Amino acid sequence: MTPLKSLGRNKLLWPLVALGVLLLFNLLFTPHFFRMEIKQGHLYGNLIDILKNGAPIMLLAIGMTLVIATHGIDISVGSVVAISSGVVALLIGGDLKGVPKYPILVAMAAALVVCTLAGMWNGMLVSRIRMQPIIATLILFVAGRGIAMVFTKSMIIWLYAKPFALLGQGYVLGIPFSIYIVLFILLLTFIFTRRTAIGMFIEAVGINPTAARFSGIKSQNIIFWVYTFCGLCAGIAGLIVCSTVMSADGNNAGKLFELDAILAVVLGGTSLNGGKFYLFGSVIGALIIQTLTTTIYALGVPADVAPVVKAFVVWAVCLMQSPRFRARIVRVFARRELST
Amino acid sequence: MTDEMPVLTMNKITKTFPGVKALSSVDFRLFKGEVHAIMGQNGAGKSTLVKVLTGVHAQDSGEILLEGKPIRPESPLAAQKLGISTVYQEINLCPNLTVAENIFAGRQPMRRGRGRSFWRFFFGGILSLFVPRIDWKEMTKRSEEILKRLNIVIDVTQILSSYSIAIQQLVAIARVLDISSKILILDEPTSSLDESEVEQLFKVVRSLRDQGLAIIFITHFLDQTYQISDRITILKNGEFVGEFQAKALPKLDLIAKMLGKELSEFSYATERDQRKMTATSAGKDAKNLLTVKNLGLRGSIAPFDLELDEAEVLGLAGLLGSGRTEMARLIFGIDGANQGEIRVRGKKSAINSPRNAMMAGIGFCSEDRKNEGIFSDLTVRENIILALQAKNGVFKFISPRRQLEVADELIKSLAIVTASANSMAGQLSGGNQQKVMLARWLATNPAILILDEPTRGIDVGAKLEIMELILSLSRRGMGLIFISSEFEEVVRCSSRIAVLKDKVKIAELDGDDINETSIMRTIAGGN
Repeated sequence: MTPLKSLGRNKLLWPLVALGVLLLFNLLFTPHFFRMEIKQGHLYGNLIDILKNGAPIMLLAIGMTLVIATHGIDISVGSVVAISSGVVALLIGGDLKGVPKYPILVAMAAALVVCTLAGMWNGMLVSRIRMQPIIATLILFVAGRGIAMVFTKSMIIWLYAKPFALLGQGYVLGIPFSIYIVLFILLLTFIFTRRTAIGMFIEAVGINPTAARFSGIKSQNIIFWVYTFCGLCAGIAGLIVCSTVMSADGNNAGKLFELDAILAVVLGGTSLNGGKFYLFGSVIGALIIQTLTTTIYALGVPADVAPVVKAFVVWAVCLMQSPRFRARIVRVFARRELST
Repeated sequence: MTDEMPVLTMNKITKTFPGVKALSSVDFRLFKGEVHAIMGQNGAGKSTLVKVLTGVHAQDSGEILLEGKPIRPESPLAAQKLGISTVYQEINLCPNLTVAENIFAGRQPMRRGRGRSFWRFFFGGILSLFVPRIDWKEMTKRSEEILKRLNIVIDVTQILSSYSIAIQQLVAIARVLDISSKILILDEPTSSLDESEVEQLFKVVRSLRDQGLAIIFITHFLDQTYQISDRITILKNGEFVGEFQAKALPKLDLIAKMLGKELSEFSYATERDQRKMTATSAGKDAKNLLTVKNLGLRGSIAPFDLELDEAEVLGLAGLLGSGRTEMARLIFGIDGANQGEIRVRGKKSAINSPRNAMMAGIGFCSEDRKNEGIFSDLTVRENIILALQAKNGVFKFISPRRQLEVADELIKSLAIVTASANSMAGQLSGGNQQKVMLARWLATNPAILILDEPTRGIDVGAKLEIMELILSLSRRGMGLIFISSEFEEVVRCSSRIAVLKDKVKIAELDGDDINETSIMRTIAGGN
């Protein structure tokens, strides 16, 4: 196999090409898109914004990747984001002097525990009760907002505890702190799935659940833990969301995030039919979505029209990933070569 | 017949897949009113040739002439529009639709107007005259008629998956029979049918042939080939061997041409005699591997006893639906038994899941390769390593290098034909996929291996290899349970045979009773 051919088969290639095209477009048409400044020792600029604002979706996409690989889906992650920020806001409290009610770390840990439990709930419904994933997670999708509202007492809680802002607004060595979190979770997940047999088992369960059971794989457990992990990822994303705006809004925190997360996974090359999954692809997918959003705003497209532009680009990327479409393109080029 | 123009001519068809030349310059002719068999081993190119004809694959070079006009179908649908219909080896219907819906999928009888429909209500009764909708009554009626022509009387409003594989196969055939066609391709249509069903099908095939339909018939059953076909084309390793009149080609010649060597019919006999001798000499101190007592599940199989010793091959013989598979599924813990017990090496084992069975040292290759065996999107290496890795547990990760070693060794020892251990399992032929499943279990080094129809849908050569493998495994001390619809194969391999009928184990045969006649007599006697 020639290096070029093997590159063409690499699943990461197409998401990267899409991202590259987007950035190239910006280089040509969006003034100052790539401008970087150093203010107060931090990097500022559109690129940094993309990374910073994209962090929650990247985290959700990592968890979602594994769920989708088992031929499942989790549409409750947006609601879990709201729960997470609700819990952490409740425990830190809206004290104007910035004195937290409970230690910040305790509050964060509690939020993550609650979100992990939420994931376990989903996992139990799908793996033990054998509900269809979309129905099972629809329950928490609806109920989660209600639960979040209970924590925030149907209000928007504003936080003033300064140290908590580090998560979503802080910088370490000039780079947003949330990026370190994403990288850490990404690497951890990669090692956990690819340096153990978990990744292969997840793929096996997604491709052929019956054959997986017949091969002695504990499919139920795999599915259970995958949803649990997805809940945990959503919890971390919720903390970052809450920290970025220093407030918790049960109604709007993480709203429609589940769709962006699913989109990121699909853009990254993982099929909704389950099977082979690509963690790095999903993160690149999330970056594509965020770059697109930033580009649209940088170009001054009205917010009302933005979704249309977004939809168009997503459509183009999906088309590019379709093997059938690619084959057709190749055929067109081949014909042209023949005729010349 | 040879004077007329063929309805179909395929000239010098060549098709290459990554790493494999599937067809190289193959010729094929088909005349009106004939049944033409395509014969060859696995990987000979039969399926690929059919797939080129039906538009699944495009040929790299060569031409297809339908009634003298060149065609190049781009999809199965396009081929169907040209009058080329196919029934594939593995049933390609929608299991969750009704029988009638399956028969008419994509061409439902429609009707306009009349009746108390929602649309009539909605549009005040005027527009509904123009809104077409599915005519369910007509669909049910016509489905029943179509199936009646195949002598099947079933409730066509039931979900397809509620019927046996055999009925599903006949529904698949009924579907394409109803679409008017010039060419009908039957790809392994009989592999899951029992004898009377095969005869039923052949009756239909003959009458269609007499009506002038051109039929391509692909099967691995030699006898069926001679029963039904007028002409035979033989392929080997993607190459055209020759086209013969069925009557003028002795069976032995056919086999020799397919294999490219002489088939020694006697190797089995001597093999078995030898084995019997060793069995009787070692018989007394052979260690018991598996004892099943009174195991049963209501609605699945009546309670049965079973014993299996080391180095023994226990055959399960019976007609389709006699309970062979059900028996295997109970022993492997797929279906939970509601009574009885299983002892492995004398130790009572609570086997209630395949995982427990695996941990107890049992392996099981399902008869349904596609749905219960192969992970088509995983590599051959991963397919082979899965059960072993599951046995080791998630965290005792088998390193990629070790995985490759294990896989390569099994690929070599089972002679699995694949471009490499890292090819996708879905790309392999049926026989090789079967071997991959076998390899998966052999990697776990089981004491007991249950093989459900391991020879189904694979060619003569691969059948031979699998049977030889069964014998050599038993020689190494493994206990095997071998299920096959072919009594001949059960007789050839087994040192003892359990006979099943109507979900009941009715007898056990050993010694000189191991022959096809006794099996059939036992089933017919049915005591």
